[in-house]
Formats: sequence, C-alpha cells, structure tokens
Amino acid sequence: MSPISRGFHRRHQADEPAGRVPPGQYVTKDFPVLSAGPTPHTRLENWTFSIDGGQTAASWTWTEFQALPAEKVTVDIHCVTRWSKLDTAWTGVSLDTLLAAVSYDAPYVLAFCDGGYTTNLPVADLTGGQAWVAYSYDGGPLPAEHGGPARLLVPHLYFWKSAKWVRGLRLRDVDEPGFWEMYGYHMYGDPWREQRYAGD
Amino acid sequence: MAGTAVRGRLTWQTATVSSVADETARVRTITLSVPDWAGHRAGQHLDVRLTADDGYVAERSYSIASAPGEPLAITVERLDDGEVSPYLTEDLRPDDEIEIRGPIGGYFVWDPPGQAPLLLLAGGSGVVPLRAILRHRSRTGSSVPARLLYSARSLGEVIYQAELAQPADGVEVIYTLTREQPPGWSGYARRVDQPMVAEVAWPVARAPVAYACGPTNFVEAVAADLVALGYQPVKVKTERFGATGGG
Repeated sequence: MSPISRGFHRRHQADEPAGRVPPGQYVTKDFPVLSAGPTPHTRLENWTFSIDGGQTAASWTWTEFQALPAEKVTVDIHCVTRWSKLDTAWTGVSLDTLLAAVSYDAPYVLAFCDGGYTTNLPVADLTGGQAWVAYSYDGGPLPAEHGGPARLLVPHLYFWKSAKWVRGLRLRDVDEPGFWEMYGYHMYGDPWREQRYAGD
Repeated sequence: MAGTAVRGRLTWQTATVSSVADETARVRTITLSVPDWAGHRAGQHLDVRLTADDGYVAERSYSIASAPGEPLAITVERLDDGEVSPYLTEDLRPDDEIEIRGPIGGYFVWDPPGQAPLLLLAGGSGVVPLRAILRHRSRTGSSVPARLLYSARSLGEVIYQAELAQPADGVEVIYTLTREQPPGWSGYARRVDQPMVAEVAWPVARAPVAYACGPTNFVEAVAADLVALGYQPVKVKTERFGATGGG
C-alpha cells in the first residue's frame, strides 16, 4: 500500500488522446538530451553503416546510404527518464531494407555506435516496418546531440534502444546486454509494460 | 565502456523524511530514513514515487546527494511548471512518507580510492551527484586531487555554499557566476567556454577523469571542450538534464 502524499495532486492535465502515453510518462514539447559521454563528431566521408555477424555482411558509405529508399515517419517516442514526445517526424531507411541486404538467421542484434555505446535488440523488433536508421529530424539534418549523423529509431521501445550515432548492427545468436543494459536497465524495454530496469 | 553488471529487481520502498534543509530559495535537501536501503555508489540516482489521495501517481528521478554510508539524501530543485519538485521542495515535511527505489545508474559513478585526478564540472543543480563524489572522497580518505568548476547564475543560487567554502584537503572549488556577481567578485563571470575549461582542467598528461552534470548546453559545451583539450571521450562521463517541464 503506497503512502498517500497529502496535498500532492496532478498538475498537468492530460490533454493527449487516451492510449498515447505509456504509464509513468509525461509529455514534453522539448527534446531533452541524455548521453553518457561527449557527443562524437564523425565526418561523413568516414561514416559507414554495416551489418555483420550473419552468413553475409553489408556496408554502406554515407553516399550509398543516402541513395537507399527513404521513409518519412511520424512517431511518438518514450524515454526511460519519463518524458514522452508525441508526433516526432523523421526520415530514414527502414531496417527491413537494410537487413534484406544480408543473409542471417540470428535472432538478436547488438547495435554499435561512435563513442562506444551499444544496445541489444531482438531482430523481430527491427523488422516489419518498426525500425529505421534515421538521418533527418523535423525536416532538417539530425543534430549531433540528438544522434546525428544517424541514429536508430525504434519508437515502440524506450528511447535508449534508439541508439545515437549508430554505425552498425552485429547479428548475434544470444541476447547479450548492451551499455545501459549492463548497468541494470531492462534487456527489452517495453514502455507499455514499464520495463525500465532489470526485473521490471 | 565495459562496466559492472547490476542485476536484481529494484523494488519500491517506503522512506520516511527525517529532515529537510533549504539550500537556496529554490533548492532543498531531503534526508530520508530507509530501513532496507542496500547502499549506493557516489554519483547514482534514485526514483521517487508520489501517490495522491485520488490514486494519481507520479515518478521522477533525482540524484543522490549523500555519500555512501551517510543517511540517504536527495537535493531537489523546484521547477515552477513541475509537478513533483514543487511538492518535494515546498510541502514535504519531516515524518512524511514517500516511496523510492534505487540506486540507479552505474556509469556516472566514482569509487575510491581512485588514482586519476578528478575534474568535476557542475551546471546549476548538476552539482548534486558531484557533491556526493566529493563527500565520498573525503569520507574514504582518498587523496586524489579534485577540482570542481561550478557554474551558477548567482551566488544566491549556489547549492552547498557553506560546505563548498571549506573544501577538504586537495579539493579546489572554482565558481563562475553567469548572471550576477557580488561586489568585488574575483571569480569567473561568464558562461563556461573553452579558455575557462582549459584553465581549470587537469593537464591530459595527468590522466584525469572528468564528470560533467548539468543542463544540456552546459554539458555539451564542457564535454566538447575537454575532448578538444585531448581528454579521452571515455574519461569524460556526462549526466544531462534539460528543462523538460516535468520535474
């Protein structure tokens, strides 16, 4: 039984349609920045996106990546630190397109990034029109502090899974923890089930 | 960036407020009595959950202000358009009960004895986890040299002012007051910039480790400045918060 805090009350009236905001989240109009270290700045001529660990591998330069079919998506995003942002507009390449370029049967990936960040995801959460590598936000280039030049966009999971500065995916047979997952955050991170920390 | 795995379920615990103390006009330290607190590392945070009498629940994260082994404390800044922080800073009284769970976060932490000189960079209430690190350093008898660069709008907004005025041996506290300075102020009086960071930072040759916490603009600036000075990015740990309107 939770203790009642007398005098405490809701201050922010929810004006979002029911079902838009997961439990324990509040809506912000800002776009907060959370990272564990300095923002890396990789020159586009040195940037590649690669997928390895399967039976075949693939890699794209920035120019090649820009030539891939792009999708514009508008999605809600949910950060484990409890802010949610609705109707964010992105342009990127679907993971369906990228994973179709390799042959694999591994059920998991570890996304790797400039700066050393990693995060683990099931392949099933990256396919079927659920995930992108996004390089444009709100009509412009993705700012570096928000993960530019390109970041993962997996909006149905907590946003730490949408790895900033992503440089590739490593296909894996077993689900091994990435950076925040090593520090006690949830292996899967479903905001609708409030999977914030290990054991939630 | 390998770390120590933290495993095990974090459960909500009832904490009793043992004392509250105003740090500034907008900032309060709340000391909590938690019978089953498992302990924490300097730099970690915890989650607070408040329940209203109509069943409404709100949760927020706050940095832990106390050193490991001290009575557990958080320091909270009131955000005027916030929901939880106004309650915590204005309404909460000793003997009140709230729910907490933690500790959370295993990267932005410092453990003694340490060898690397410590460079701590605080923007506003970002000083809170850095204060926990300084207290832990002092309580454990660590002799690593430490410098704190603390950016605040004015002297009146400096948190832990009395404590920081008497730093432990080997600790230097350097202020920059960005909006308003008292008469005769001899410290910095501008937003942090590359020359300031270069003056304050330990030379790279001493293999320092840096912890920066504050608003996004502050952390982005100082982290980039340190990398430009030659600090290895993995030796620059950051914790950022923006004015999200939610606190």
